[in-house]
Amino acid sequence: MIISEAKPLPEILGYLEGEQRVFIVGCKGCAEACHTGGEAQVVEMKGQLEAEGKEITGYTVVDFLCDKALVKLRLRPHEAEIVSADSLLVMTCGLGVQATAAVVDKLVHPACNVLNVGGARGEWRGEERCLECGDCLLDYTGGICPLTACTKSLINGPCGGAKDGRCEFEPDARECGWQRIYERLQKLGRLDKMSIILEAKDYSKMRPPQNLRSTIMWALERKDKEPVK
Amino acid sequence: MNIAELARHGKFVITAEVGPPKGVDLREMLEAAEVMRGQVDAFNVTDQQSSVMRLGSLPACRLLKESGLEPVLQMTCRDRNRIALQSDLLGAYALGITNVLCLTGDFVALGDHPQARSVFDLDSVSLLVAARKLQEGIDMSGNELTGSPEFCLGAVVSPGADPLEPQLIKMEKKVKAGAQFFQTQAVYEPERFEHFTRAVAHLNVPVFLGIVLLRSAGMARFMNRNVAGVHVPEALIEEMENAESRARKSVEIAARLINEMKGMCQGVHIMAIGWEKRVPEVIEAAGL
Repeated sequence: MIISEAKPLPEILGYLEGEQRVFIVGCKGCAEACHTGGEAQVVEMKGQLEAEGKEITGYTVVDFLCDKALVKLRLRPHEAEIVSADSLLVMTCGLGVQATAAVVDKLVHPACNVLNVGGARGEWRGEERCLECGDCLLDYTGGICPLTACTKSLINGPCGGAKDGRCEFEPDARECGWQRIYERLQKLGRLDKMSIILEAKDYSKMRPPQNLRSTIMWALERKDKEPVK
Repeated sequence: MNIAELARHGKFVITAEVGPPKGVDLREMLEAAEVMRGQVDAFNVTDQQSSVMRLGSLPACRLLKESGLEPVLQMTCRDRNRIALQSDLLGAYALGITNVLCLTGDFVALGDHPQARSVFDLDSVSLLVAARKLQEGIDMSGNELTGSPEFCLGAVVSPGADPLEPQLIKMEKKVKAGAQFFQTQAVYEPERFEHFTRAVAHLNVPVFLGIVLLRSAGMARFMNRNVAGVHVPEALIEEMENAESRARKSVEIAARLINEMKGMCQGVHIMAIGWEKRVPEVIEAAGL
């Protein structure tokens, strides 16, 4: 299971600055189990954002947001509500946020940080990846992860190595991740997001706390190895 | 005065690149620098260029300094994490090296140790931020330093990138992060450079035009195929191909390019890549 935690509300409100109308998407998979993106949290978020003066054009909770085909299918009935929104707030893991961004031409904001994917890749069969960095940056990059889409995991824009939109490393196989991010933000009219200087990443957040690593299997294996007291 | 201040005071700055050896015999590098003594304001020393393992930029900078030449320490984020980069910045200052060019660095797989683990803990922007923090007397974690360094911080930009806009956005971030001068990727098209300089005029930061000496038509074609942001027009390639003396033609083209573009920028950064002894001729022919 993918373990996520909710981002602090002020951070989310920061993402939404200058935007009025928001559509919220939750996930009935891991995020529901983590109490970070199930129906209850989506409704709670709706109330919190409304209290801050935002208008919620609608919301939905999709079975597995990490399944791109399913996301498209499930969001279709909400098309009008989504089109009328300035952006989407997606309350799930990095895979779900990227999956949503891949099917909707709106800016998506992540509402969670992934602490541990526990070896799981969700229902994901697409090319998007989540590095479990614990401090999701998808808000700044149009829903395309710079850590996994850029060969060098650069977070402040492209290096000078891309040629014709391809990465300097294995150009036949790799697109430049920042070219994709640039094109996406340009299409959404949100290149301002690319101008924000992101601080050096806190990689200590990639070391999840012990208790979160305690899947049943992990605990059993660990127990066998520890000396009997 | 450091090179950024020189540029701000109206001096047309000339920098040139030298590369440390793969090994410990530094004679060739020092001789290359010696040929340019008195003609160049500062010498960039590459940091394991193209991800090829070589003697480090920092000791090579120190050796230049000892022989009375002004070095620019090139630092990439490819091989060192934030602990090592900050430490080397402190070390550089302690050794009298204050010009630092902050780069991302090529990917490891492009060099001669493709098995290596790449680092990229920081990027060029956060390296600039880190260097500036050190100048303010604190490290990246906010701990106080005993004695703080002072740097002249530089960065790079690729005027020929297509699309150009992402480069411009990043350049602006680098200025905000503390970059005091820019050295560019090689430029062979004055029109394109003019477009670029107009687009960055509002940043009010010295830009040093990148010039790579063409050694042959083949080299030009190779760069066109393989080097991002570099485009040598067909006319120049033909000139090289038909030249009686490639060396003389190379100098002539470089001088012509500098002449055409010197009015648009605050300096020139010459990358001779082995032809350092030609650099004084280029400078003379360009009337600098």
